[in-house]
Amino acid sequence: MKYEEIVHRCFRCGYCKLTSDYTDFNCPAYRKFRFETYSPGGRMWLIRAWLNNEIKNSERFQEILFSCATCANCVEHCVFVFSEDLVNIFIAAREEMVNKGIIPPAVRDYLKNISINGNPYKEPQDERGKWADGTPVETYKDQDYLFYVGCVGSYDERAKKIAGAVANLLLKAGISIGILGEKEKCDGNEVRALGEAGLFQFLAKENIAYFKELGVKRIITLDPHAFNAFKNDYPGLGGEFEVYHYTQILAPLIKSKKIPLAEYKAKITFHDPCYLGRHNGEYDAPRKILGAIPGVEMVEMEQNRENAFCCGGGGGNFFTDILGGGEDSPNRIRVQGALDTGAQIIAVACPQCAKMLDDAIKAEELDDRLEVLDVAEIVTRALA
Amino acid sequence: MTDITQALAEIVGEDYVSDQPEEAYFYARDPGLMPAHKPDYVVVPKTAEEIQNVVRLANREKIPVVPMGAGMALTGLVIPLKGGIVIDMKRITGILAINEKARLVIVEGGTSQGLLKAYLEKNYPKLRHSIPDSPATATIAANVMIHGQGRLSQQYGFNSDMVAGLEVVLPSGEICKIGSCSISPDWFSKGAPMPDLSGLFLGWFGATGIITKVALKLYPKKKMRDVEIFITDMEELVPDIVHELTYTEMVEDITVFAQPLPMIFRDNHHITIFFTGDTDTELEFKRKMVWDALDRFIKSKDGGFMGVPPVMKPTLLDSPQRSVTRFADVKKGGGFEYSGPIILVEKYPECSRKIKELAEKYDLGYSGMARIIGRGHCMMYGFAFTFNRADPDMMERTRNALHEVSEYALKAGGVFWKPTVDEQKMALDKMDPNTRNLMGMIKKNIDPNGIMNPGNWEVN
Repeated sequence: MKYEEIVHRCFRCGYCKLTSDYTDFNCPAYRKFRFETYSPGGRMWLIRAWLNNEIKNSERFQEILFSCATCANCVEHCVFVFSEDLVNIFIAAREEMVNKGIIPPAVRDYLKNISINGNPYKEPQDERGKWADGTPVETYKDQDYLFYVGCVGSYDERAKKIAGAVANLLLKAGISIGILGEKEKCDGNEVRALGEAGLFQFLAKENIAYFKELGVKRIITLDPHAFNAFKNDYPGLGGEFEVYHYTQILAPLIKSKKIPLAEYKAKITFHDPCYLGRHNGEYDAPRKILGAIPGVEMVEMEQNRENAFCCGGGGGNFFTDILGGGEDSPNRIRVQGALDTGAQIIAVACPQCAKMLDDAIKAEELDDRLEVLDVAEIVTRALA
Repeated sequence: MTDITQALAEIVGEDYVSDQPEEAYFYARDPGLMPAHKPDYVVVPKTAEEIQNVVRLANREKIPVVPMGAGMALTGLVIPLKGGIVIDMKRITGILAINEKARLVIVEGGTSQGLLKAYLEKNYPKLRHSIPDSPATATIAANVMIHGQGRLSQQYGFNSDMVAGLEVVLPSGEICKIGSCSISPDWFSKGAPMPDLSGLFLGWFGATGIITKVALKLYPKKKMRDVEIFITDMEELVPDIVHELTYTEMVEDITVFAQPLPMIFRDNHHITIFFTGDTDTELEFKRKMVWDALDRFIKSKDGGFMGVPPVMKPTLLDSPQRSVTRFADVKKGGGFEYSGPIILVEKYPECSRKIKELAEKYDLGYSGMARIIGRGHCMMYGFAFTFNRADPDMMERTRNALHEVSEYALKAGGVFWKPTVDEQKMALDKMDPNTRNLMGMIKKNIDPNGIMNPGNWEVN
């Protein structure tokens, strides 16, 4: 297994599952399951035990490995020099399990659907660009930017609205974008996170080849997950592009008043998406956008920025739902944290987070007290 | 699902009981070097009432019960030596009450050091507790249970001396309040002026009961904190230096470390002196007092203050010091263990020589670290060796070195701190027979079925 030479170095001290100020446990899987085995340290020790044939690849072991949301809280807070590799180690272990074909059914189904249908929803490829129907968004030709939407933004009803909001704002500001529509393929970020390295490479190489064929130089992503794959994984496979999350484009446009805003009175807390924040260090762009809206009062949740608590959707859990269900599911814990701030709106910058937190608000019966809106949707409401 | 698993599930909920191999593997061991023993069940209760019911079940079925905080003692105290039920306490994390004026806090049995620190910093910035340098996940209850030490131990003694009351689940399943809280709504004393029954539980490692609440004394937190390091290459001077420093009554914490790596530390003893103040004037006054106290050592050229590099200060002032945990990976192997006898400060020179001798003999990386307890009344001297978990030979050499430490410490007049089962046996063998018999009577009467963390403090 890749990283096998590191797994024995975990001291299981537990810093990995905390925030930097120790306010609370901040590992979503640990918060849900509460056995040490579901913490990063537990995983490290169990992976080693598995490699040494001291435990078997059981259903529970699979649940332990695949409940990791790859949120990188452990990477942020582990005190050892190998901290950077913690999520990579968990993914490497998943790869071993995938290679042996012994994985949770939900993971298998997700990978199968990507492999067969090109998306996890078993939807037809030619409907991938339907979200843009009725908008002035054009197919990519030679525009300045490729606007890459991803599987969730293309097929999920809630996320499609967010994709539309982002596209409209970019166009309104005069940004030259084009989409791939029915030619768009899965970016593979979750495929990689779920341990199907071969399928990820296939998807990435296909995407890279197609982007190059079209002459794509710059990409704006809707989804931080795609942003992460394009920015961090594609270059190693020959895909060097200028990659931006849409908030990184919107923030300077709003600052320079290319998108004029009117007053929009609301108390808002921002939920940092793990693949925008901890994985890629972008904490400011969404806050700058929201902070520039007249009338908006920003409040921070106790766990924010590097200490943000994951919604539980990362690492493929959005699709497999291994972390879902029950009062201790991460998304429900997160909306309670938002409620504590007194905010009316949880702002997100990720369609997966939006859906996860929407579901949590329903489960917690907070519909009349909290609303989840993407940053782009809030800006849309505030347009002058 | 077995009958016991089902019964436990009815108590704590199905999601919080496991009889699965994964939990059995993990909870069978701690990060130290003691042999693994698998539990039959692991439960993660949410309330003291659930713990009561688990213990009642265990007592009825004569199943061992082992309470576990973060499991960071490193000496195997939460390894279920005879199987049974491990109770992971970390879902019981409430901070129940604070009395700001009296400087007291009541926490639940699984509340971590880190959580209390964060809570106080946010809500009561003028209060602090004696945080140890174990990882922030370590629990308050487990720390006082092992008579841990922390940042304020030089001033106020063992962290267990700072306990102001306990709630304990007895082996019968009954809840028992210890201290003023047994007859008063206020938790301010663990014993005085009545008989101090906390001794029936503190130091017993769960062999007499499970702590479900701790009242802890808090102390003033000054706005500023600083550190100086006094260096000498003469180990025999360390006790005198500590004596002078404790006399000033100006110092928050005193630790002494000596280690061969990095090279700048080699052959020197680093007396690390922490002090605090609300104003620059107070801080500088204390600094001057410290400097004046050690002036004679400077004049005789036996030592001097090291300029603490700015990059090093945050590491030293970190609380808990995460750098202590990093020692585990010095050999890129994720392991360290130490034997930390409590011993007179005057034994520092021979402890220091002993660790060097053992490190050389067994070819091990080491760090000698002393923490002063009370105004020099005693110290914890940590004979710490780092090892590579993937190198069985190095692990065995470390075990052998630690065994020699144990033998040495006892001969030198030390008392084992958080002793391994082997050290407990050595201590009981050496103990005054009447004291040993008293311990035996206590254990037998409190826990007649011998279900509580069996293997620990067993008087045969």
